[in-house]
Amino acid sequence: MSEIVLETCGITKSFGNLRASDGISIDLRAGEIHAVIGPNGAGKSTLIHQISGGLRPDAGQVWLNGRDVTALATPARARLGLGRTFQISALAMEDTVLENVLLGALGASGRVWRFWSQVMADRALRERAEAALARVGLSEQMHTRTSALSHGQRRQLEVAVALTLRPRAFVMDEPMAGLGAEGSKTLTGFLDGLRAEAPILLVEHDMDAVFALADRISVLVYGRIIATGSVDDIRANPEVREAYLGDGA
Amino acid sequence: MIRERHLNILLLAGFLAVPLYALAVDEPFTITLATRAAILALAAVGLNIALGWGGLVSFGHAAFFGIGGYSMGILAFHAQNYMPLDLGFAVLEGTKSMPVIWLVATLTSALAALAIGALSLRTSGVYFIMITLAFAQMFYYFAISWSRYGGEDGISIYVRNEFPGLNTLAPIQFFGLCFAALLLALWLNARLVASPFGLALNAARQVPVRVQTVGLDPTRLKLVAFVISGAITGLAGALFADLNRFVSPSMFSWHLSGELIVLIILGGVGRLMGPVIGAILFVALDHILGGWTTHWHIALGAILLGVVLFARGGVIGLLCGPKGQA
Amino acid sequence: MSTILIIEQVLNGLQSGVMLFLMAAGLTLIFGVMGLINLAHGSLYMVGAFAAAAVAGATGSFLLALLGALVAAAVAGVLVEMLVIRRLYAADHLDQVLATFALILIFSEGTRLIFGSFPLYLDIPDWLSGPVTLPGGIQYPLYRLALIGAGLAVALTLWALIERTRIGIQIRAGENDREMIAALGVDISRLYTLIFALGAALAGLAGALVGAIQSVQVGMGEPVLILAFVTIVIGGIGSIKGAFVGALLVGLTQTLGSVFLPAFFRLFLDPATAMSVGSSLANMAVYILMSLVLIFRPTGLMGARA
Repeated sequence: MSEIVLETCGITKSFGNLRASDGISIDLRAGEIHAVIGPNGAGKSTLIHQISGGLRPDAGQVWLNGRDVTALATPARARLGLGRTFQISALAMEDTVLENVLLGALGASGRVWRFWSQVMADRALRERAEAALARVGLSEQMHTRTSALSHGQRRQLEVAVALTLRPRAFVMDEPMAGLGAEGSKTLTGFLDGLRAEAPILLVEHDMDAVFALADRISVLVYGRIIATGSVDDIRANPEVREAYLGDGA
Repeated sequence: MIRERHLNILLLAGFLAVPLYALAVDEPFTITLATRAAILALAAVGLNIALGWGGLVSFGHAAFFGIGGYSMGILAFHAQNYMPLDLGFAVLEGTKSMPVIWLVATLTSALAALAIGALSLRTSGVYFIMITLAFAQMFYYFAISWSRYGGEDGISIYVRNEFPGLNTLAPIQFFGLCFAALLLALWLNARLVASPFGLALNAARQVPVRVQTVGLDPTRLKLVAFVISGAITGLAGALFADLNRFVSPSMFSWHLSGELIVLIILGGVGRLMGPVIGAILFVALDHILGGWTTHWHIALGAILLGVVLFARGGVIGLLCGPKGQA
Repeated sequence: MSTILIIEQVLNGLQSGVMLFLMAAGLTLIFGVMGLINLAHGSLYMVGAFAAAAVAGATGSFLLALLGALVAAAVAGVLVEMLVIRRLYAADHLDQVLATFALILIFSEGTRLIFGSFPLYLDIPDWLSGPVTLPGGIQYPLYRLALIGAGLAVALTLWALIERTRIGIQIRAGENDREMIAALGVDISRLYTLIFALGAALAGLAGALVGAIQSVQVGMGEPVLILAFVTIVIGGIGSIKGAFVGALLVGLTQTLGSVFLPAFFRLFLDPATAMSVGSSLANMAVYILMSLVLIFRPTGLMGARA
């Protein structure tokens, strides 16, 4: 069994009476895509927030590369190798595409406290940023303002920014959201190859993509993981069929 | 549409030409007006770094302007009275040397900006606007009751401070100093915007969550911007005090904080020369409209309303189009 | 330090607190419902005071003067809302700050144009002047006592209006969910104008009431405006209850601070230093209070909004 890169151990989070995470333990191993699915309101966003550092769990820990990162804030987790993408693109809309990926390269390089040098003239940063753009196929739009990109291109850019970090693990929040069939297919192909570089924890609604990509699937319902297993296990699991897919699916 | 770069060059050339012309036709008052505009522009360039690039609506930049002013006032006061300043742990002579005064003004306002910024950045939105205002008010009331340095009446300095090799009493030479300081600040500003820090700050204003997920702390970026911003505005305060040879609590007043914001918005938020255009317009309007009627603030108010409601990019936005369409 | 002095100062603090509440209530409602920072609120206070002074000068009646203040401020509020403010609801805070700053300039210069630069005086009517004797033999000015009473009465009315009436329900709904009240068929733009007029009238009333114990002059609204902002920030922006608590806190801190802080420092400093340290701290006290509140509770004592 391959090495565990990212792991949550019994994380629990309540908002008032609502238990959004109820003792969630999942892990992400080197080389795999582990999909988390669940109906709306199952607590997927809360889970992602706790993994990326935006929310502190009430109980339980988050481990990254064998290190307990529960007490660390988002930037520290990012520096330790967590690459996250957002469901709703979080991009600097006034800036160019290149500037957005440069930001990622900058964060990864730690060279942000430079007040006098020209960021555009930094060879290493440029190469890293442009390489990420080339990989998602946005090289031609490099100097376009982000606000002028199509929705699909913004999704690609979202992934490109995470790539510049060269993370140890990806956490992707519905990367397919709002993409057409064609776009989904392209991105699916891309993510398929990406898993060799770093494993992906994939929260996704697009079931075609999930079934095509996932090595393992965990099903989250009302803050609890009700099943984890291979695609076939999950398809066959009666509890999942009842709770999530609906009987007869 | 005019290219922003061309407009900037034109503007600086004009800014330099007016006092030179005034010198030729012997109108020292015009030189003083230009000096005033240069100093206000410098103060607003400082604020623009926090406001335009950092997105920090500071309604308390008068705090730094006043601290710069009082740094000058206190140092020169002790020098002109031959009365050393006893700090308890050290005794300092006062000084009439501008470079020393500027250094002190810049450092003390940077320090104040660090403290105020660190506390204020715990909040955001309206709360940030209000807490920065509150800090400036604290300084205002402190200055009013600081009887050692004149309380409400402030401090008068009899002779303008000195700069090695220059006669600062000659209006054109003092203008030169202020203009040079402004150019320096603009250069710093331009470098900053193009630097790695500038890129990150720009993103921290727009999408702080993104900045966090690439491993950077947006609050720290904004804090550093706030400190640089406060230091520049503080330097402007010291120059302003030297222009008037007078410091008073009114340098801390919230009107001043408001006016600095006004200058920036008149010219264009987050545009390099926005504060410069704003300051020139403001001083010119003050002089021209103020010459016609004592009630010129009505006109100023109307112009401001017009800018907010109909010309949101300010003058630069009108002339060069929206930001980022270089 | 006698008990009488303490009671007197507490009453003074309450008096300035409830007057501050009249200002703060409007500000906080306008922010809470419309999301607008209105710097020009102090101008409406000034309009109220000038209108009262003018009406009192013409008719000699204090009650008519108060009525005049309410009407003038409300009308000014409605005009400003319809001409300018309405366009700012969707704008960012920076634009709001700037536009309402511009309104201050226009109001202040406009008032100076009409009334000149010299302060006007509004006299306390005979039936409210002179001291009263409180239980315990404390002599206290009747007018100030009346201010406390009036302020509390307005606070109660406002509470009843918001908690018990249809308009109040709409206002509360407006704070929570704008689309919702539009969906319920409420005319939002009329509701906003109404709230603005209400806030303006309260500010005008405060201006007139306070104008009788201070002079009526251009710029009188600005210190009050800043204190009112401090008040609502302490209380939590958008919360009327917070504004009330904040106003009393600010009023008491300011009044008690200016009397007791110098006295306190006299215990261990020489009188001159004590006076100067004490009075500067007293002036700074409310701002220190506000920063402390924000540092420990970044959204104010009763604020929920981030």
